[in-house]
Amino acid sequence: MAQTSIEKEDAIHPGNPVVVDRYNRAARANHWITAISLILLALSGLAFFHPSLFFLTGLFGGGQNARALHPWIGVVLFFSFAGLFIRFWRANLPEKADRDWLAHAGDMIKGDEEKVPPVGRYNPIQKFNFWAMSLLIIALIVTGLAIWDQYFFDWTTIPQKRVAVLVHSLTAIALICIWIAHVYAAIWARGTLRAMTRGSVTGGWAWKHHRLWLKELAERHKVKKPATPAE
Amino acid sequence: MEPSPHTATSNPPVAATNTNLTERDLVRRSASTVPPPARQLEPVAKLIDVSKCIGCKACQSACIEWNDTHPAIETNTGVYDNPHDLTPDMFTLMRFTEWDNPQTGNLEWLIRKDGCMHCEDPGCLKACPAPGAIVQYSNGIVDFVHENCIGCGYCIKGCPFNIPRISKVDHTAYKCTLCSDRVAVGQGPACAKACPTHAITFGTKDDMKKLADSRIEDLKSRGYDNAGLYDPPGVGGTHVMYVLHHNDQPEIYANLPKDPKVSPVVNAWKGMAKYLGFAALGLAAAAGVLHSALVSPNRVTREDEEKAEDLVKEKT
Repeated sequence: MAQTSIEKEDAIHPGNPVVVDRYNRAARANHWITAISLILLALSGLAFFHPSLFFLTGLFGGGQNARALHPWIGVVLFFSFAGLFIRFWRANLPEKADRDWLAHAGDMIKGDEEKVPPVGRYNPIQKFNFWAMSLLIIALIVTGLAIWDQYFFDWTTIPQKRVAVLVHSLTAIALICIWIAHVYAAIWARGTLRAMTRGSVTGGWAWKHHRLWLKELAERHKVKKPATPAE
Repeated sequence: MEPSPHTATSNPPVAATNTNLTERDLVRRSASTVPPPARQLEPVAKLIDVSKCIGCKACQSACIEWNDTHPAIETNTGVYDNPHDLTPDMFTLMRFTEWDNPQTGNLEWLIRKDGCMHCEDPGCLKACPAPGAIVQYSNGIVDFVHENCIGCGYCIKGCPFNIPRISKVDHTAYKCTLCSDRVAVGQGPACAKACPTHAITFGTKDDMKKLADSRIEDLKSRGYDNAGLYDPPGVGGTHVMYVLHHNDQPEIYANLPKDPKVSPVVNAWKGMAKYLGFAALGLAAAAGVLHSALVSPNRVTREDEEKAEDLVKEKT
C-alpha cells in the first residue's frame, strides 16, 4: 500500500461518522484563489473570443478594463496553480492501482462504483484533470505573454502572435471543458464539495471513492484522538 | 451612386458643409452586423505614384497637422526614415530604400509612403473583438472608432501590412483614417493636399485607376517595362494604391508584400476556432446534463460509513 500517496495534513478522526481531513486551510485557500481566477479569466477571455459574449466585459467595467485585467488575473492564476502543483504533483503520479481502476472507468461513469477496484488519494480521471490543467496552464501563460502587447509587444513577431492567439483560444476552450467536468464530478459525487469547503470528508466517502487512501491512513496510524469534551 | 470627391486639389467650399459619412454608410462594423446601407457611395482611392515622390515628407507634416498628433522627436537611426517607424502619432511614413538595379546598374532611390492601405477585405476589422471599434464605409474607408477600441492589439494580428499601432497613452489603436473627416465634407486627404509633386492624388477609385494607367503608360515609354498598379487582389483590392516602377517586385519598396492576404492563421482563429470552441463547450455542458439525467447522483451509503468505522476501529 506504500505506493498510495497521502498528504501530511491527511488524518482520520474516529467517530460516528468517521471524518477524514483531506485539505488543510492553505490548500483550500490556494484552490479557491485558483478557482476564482479561472472563472474571471474564462469570463473575460470568452468576451474577446466571440462578439456574442462581448457583453461579459461589462462585469469588469468595460472592454478596456477587461483587456487590461485579464493578463494580470492570468499571472495570479499561474502562480496560484503553481502552488497547487507543488502541493499535489506527487499525489498525482500514476500508481499500480490506477491501471485496474482505469479498466473499470466506464463502470464509474455509469454509476456502478461497486465494480470499480479501490484506488488511492486520486483516481486516474482526477489525475488526468490535474496534469491536463497543468499543461494547459503552461501553454496559456506562454501564449498569453506572447500576446500581452502592453508590456511584451517586442518579444514576439506578428506571425508568432497570430499563432499564439489561436493556440491561446483553443487551449482555453480545452481548459474550460475540463473545468466543466471537474465541477460536475465534484457535484455528482455527493459529499465531495465539503473537502474543499470544510477540508474534510466522511469516512464513508473515503471508503467508497478512495479506499486505498483511507486504508493507508489507518495503517499508518494517522488518527487524531477524539476530541475530549471539556471537563 | 452617390458622388464622392473627385480631387484633392480643389479648394473646399467656404460654406458650412454637412458630413457625408454617417453610421448609415457603414458596410462593415467589427464584432457586429450592420443593416445594408441605404445608399452606395462611390468608392474612393488614394493613388500614390512612387515614381513622382521626391521624399520631402510634406505628407507626413500635413498628416501630423491635420490629425493634431505630436510624434516624439527621435534620434537618427542611420536612414532617412523619420520617425523610425509608424507610431500611434505618425499615421504615414516615407520609407526610403536604396536599390541597386541589377539590369541597369543604376542606384535607385525608392521612396514609398507607408500607411493604412484601406483594404476592401480588412484583416484588422475581421480580427477586432470590440463591437464598432473598426468600421468600413461604403466608399471603402476603413476607420478606427476610438471610444469603442479596447486596446487588445488584435487588429495588429489581423493586418497583412503591419499598420495599426497601440497608443501607450490612451491604449487604443491608431492608423491612417484616409482623412475620413475631410472626405466626409468633400475634401481629399491632407497628405494629398500637401504633396508638391502630385505624387499623391485622391478621387474615385475608377478615376485613380485611369490616372494610374496613364502614369504606367508614361513609365513604360521611359523604359520601366514592369511599371504597374499595386491594388492587391488578395485583400479584395485596396483604397490606397501605388504606381510602382517595378510592380513585379514590390518587396524592394521597403518590404511591400507581393501578395498580401489575411493570414490563414487569423482566418482559422476567427472562423474554425469559434465553431470548434462553441461546439466543444456545448458538448461538455451537454455531456453534464445528459449524465445527470441518466445516472443518479453518486451517494455515500450508510453501509460505506459503517465499513469506514469498522476499519478505523480495527486499526486503532
